[in-house]
Amino acid sequence: MSVSKSVSHDGVPISIFGAIRKKYFATPTDIVVSSILAVLVLWLLANVIDWAFVKAVFGAGRRDDCLAAEGACWSVIASRWRIVLFGLYPFEEQWRSGVACLIMVIVAALSCVPYFWNGKRLLGLWLSGFAVFYVLMRGGFLGLTPVFEQNWGGLALTLFIFAAVCILGMPMAIVFALLRRSELPWISRTMGLIIDTIRSLPLLTIMFTFAIVSPFVLPDWAVGDKLYRVIVGYAIFFACYQAEIIRGGIQGLPAGQEEAAKALGMGYWHRIGYIVLPQAFRNALPPTINQIVITFKETSLVTIIGFFDVMASGRAASGTAEWSFAHVEVYCFVALIFFVFVFSLSRYGAYLERRLGVGRR
Amino acid sequence: MLAILKNRHVRDTGFQAGFVGALVILIVALVVTGKANLEAQGLTSGFGFLERSTGWRISFSLIDYTTSSPYWLALVVGLLNSLFLGAVSLSFATLIGVTVGVMRTSGNGMAELVGTTFVEIFRNVPLILQLLFWYSLLLSLPAPREVEPVLGVFAFTGRGIYIPGLNITGLSAFLIVVSLIAGASVNLWLSTAERFKTVSVAVRRKWKICLWLGVAIVVFAITWWGRLPETPFFTIPEHRGLNYRNGIRVSPELFACIIAISIYGAAYIAEIIRSGFNAISPGQGEAGHALGLSRWQIFTRIRLPLAIRIVMPTLINQYVWLFKATTIGIAISFTDFFMVVSTAINQSGQTLELIAILMGGFLVINYSIAWVLNRVNDAIKLKGTQMRI
Repeated sequence: MSVSKSVSHDGVPISIFGAIRKKYFATPTDIVVSSILAVLVLWLLANVIDWAFVKAVFGAGRRDDCLAAEGACWSVIASRWRIVLFGLYPFEEQWRSGVACLIMVIVAALSCVPYFWNGKRLLGLWLSGFAVFYVLMRGGFLGLTPVFEQNWGGLALTLFIFAAVCILGMPMAIVFALLRRSELPWISRTMGLIIDTIRSLPLLTIMFTFAIVSPFVLPDWAVGDKLYRVIVGYAIFFACYQAEIIRGGIQGLPAGQEEAAKALGMGYWHRIGYIVLPQAFRNALPPTINQIVITFKETSLVTIIGFFDVMASGRAASGTAEWSFAHVEVYCFVALIFFVFVFSLSRYGAYLERRLGVGRR
Repeated sequence: MLAILKNRHVRDTGFQAGFVGALVILIVALVVTGKANLEAQGLTSGFGFLERSTGWRISFSLIDYTTSSPYWLALVVGLLNSLFLGAVSLSFATLIGVTVGVMRTSGNGMAELVGTTFVEIFRNVPLILQLLFWYSLLLSLPAPREVEPVLGVFAFTGRGIYIPGLNITGLSAFLIVVSLIAGASVNLWLSTAERFKTVSVAVRRKWKICLWLGVAIVVFAITWWGRLPETPFFTIPEHRGLNYRNGIRVSPELFACIIAISIYGAAYIAEIIRSGFNAISPGQGEAGHALGLSRWQIFTRIRLPLAIRIVMPTLINQYVWLFKATTIGIAISFTDFFMVVSTAINQSGQTLELIAILMGGFLVINYSIAWVLNRVNDAIKLKGTQMRI
């Protein structure tokens, strides 16, 4: 693509002005469209820059300047960023929350390295990362003061829920997909019914059911903390979506793969573990990454159920009377946090898709 | 004994019976525990509470609802609100999404840049965050007394958006939207379904004229039937004192929901549309070019129809997914179905029944959306050798 843009039809390289003209001003219609859009974009850009930088107030604790200024009040972020990132976590211990978040980010980054691309290593990486995360956050030994889950908040809680849902949901998804593909009609049909039903319910209602309603229907010993109930509900929801993705990946395999394994006398678990699943995951990689991206974004829904995740702590940061005028700035800050995570993940997914050449075999 | 277990048929039956049986036992156990727990709190189970009056207000309703209305009516109000929000925001999402998707594949560098930026910004930020952002932006608009209407008829105030409208009931407005959508669907069906391929274009045009006349008559009848008594038919917002009178007030909650879901959905739909256009082999457009068709003709006659057929299955899933996203309205207290149910649970305590109604409602709606759109897909999809695009 990029080559064809700088070379004319005869294969003769054309000048940079020629390239710009071809890209933006090829026909009279293009000239009109490009000009109108350019004017609009410049106007929007000028306004945004004016608001966000030129007339904005930077630096902590300058509330009065903010009230007088017309632009954005970044002062609220400078003064309250700890609330947004760490929530109600005790002030002196917030370094733990920060380190825990960093570990989770490192784990996510390491899973992008090809060395970790097999079931055991990936599972080991995530489980150990998650364990370190939990120990750091929870404390209670090694001289760390215990901090209970009720006081977790901000980015750490968001990452905790996200990681727990993925770790819990992925094995469940594999089991669901295998049951869905079972040769026994009653098992596959029942599983299909369950998956379809859960997939057509909104995530919010599922979280709500697990958070508010499940204490009524569970015996006392099985109720547990509200946070873990929501995580289980979310994990089941995730597993139902992911199971369909894995099933798609399995169906994309040539039937000969499994038949050959059968002919070699491999048992069911060997066939699934060494032949089917590795190839199915490779086929299903782009939608899987997409699903993980969506899962991370929708973690923010827990704020409605009453958890203090990064979304809710952002609202709390501008919720006091002191900063109540600065909602939009805080939302922009939280949006930036999400954007960095989600955008880099989805770019990585697009890169992988090109690299693996999925669908071009 | 062991010989029986080694029999494959017996083993298979055992597995299946065990699996289904375990599930049934689990569900029964949950329901029994639930009933026992609720009865311990002195609540009688059953759906009798639906006839009791609610005693709480609903801020936005398309039909008549008062605090003395029964629970079932409150649930209907919530359901209609959800459907209304879904219909409006899905229409806008499609409109914006198709525009952006076309921009991204237009070959014009500027349009591609704008489209890409739009998609990347709005797809990578959670919906709830966008919703709260738009909501706080709408609430920070100036008070009504400081606002001069735009073009004389649109007033953007912190207490809501005032637009001109007809003095009709909410229910009839909803019915009008439904009949317009139905008309458009039948129109699409008439022009694309395989079974009408043998009918000449002129005859089909006559059918379409009849169809739209019929729709017009229905819309007119609904409008007339739904007129509010003793008010002028057409109403324009007017400055009166500290506030605006007349016109239709769109509450900030509803407006924020519509903006957020439309834009978020549009970003996803744009990506689907783009992939649809990219999947068309270049030979199709080149063949049109060789036949002397203009760029516009190639777009409307060749590329767009092919793209619609390619993206239809993905789009169906997207619509179901977006409709589910309307439950997000509860974050800013828009009284959709979910919000009404959760209020009803708080007020009446009939947890299990109301959750069953909630889930049943969503199952029915989502399966109907998928069913209708799948019928449309079956009607318009390419058959046989045409599949090679």
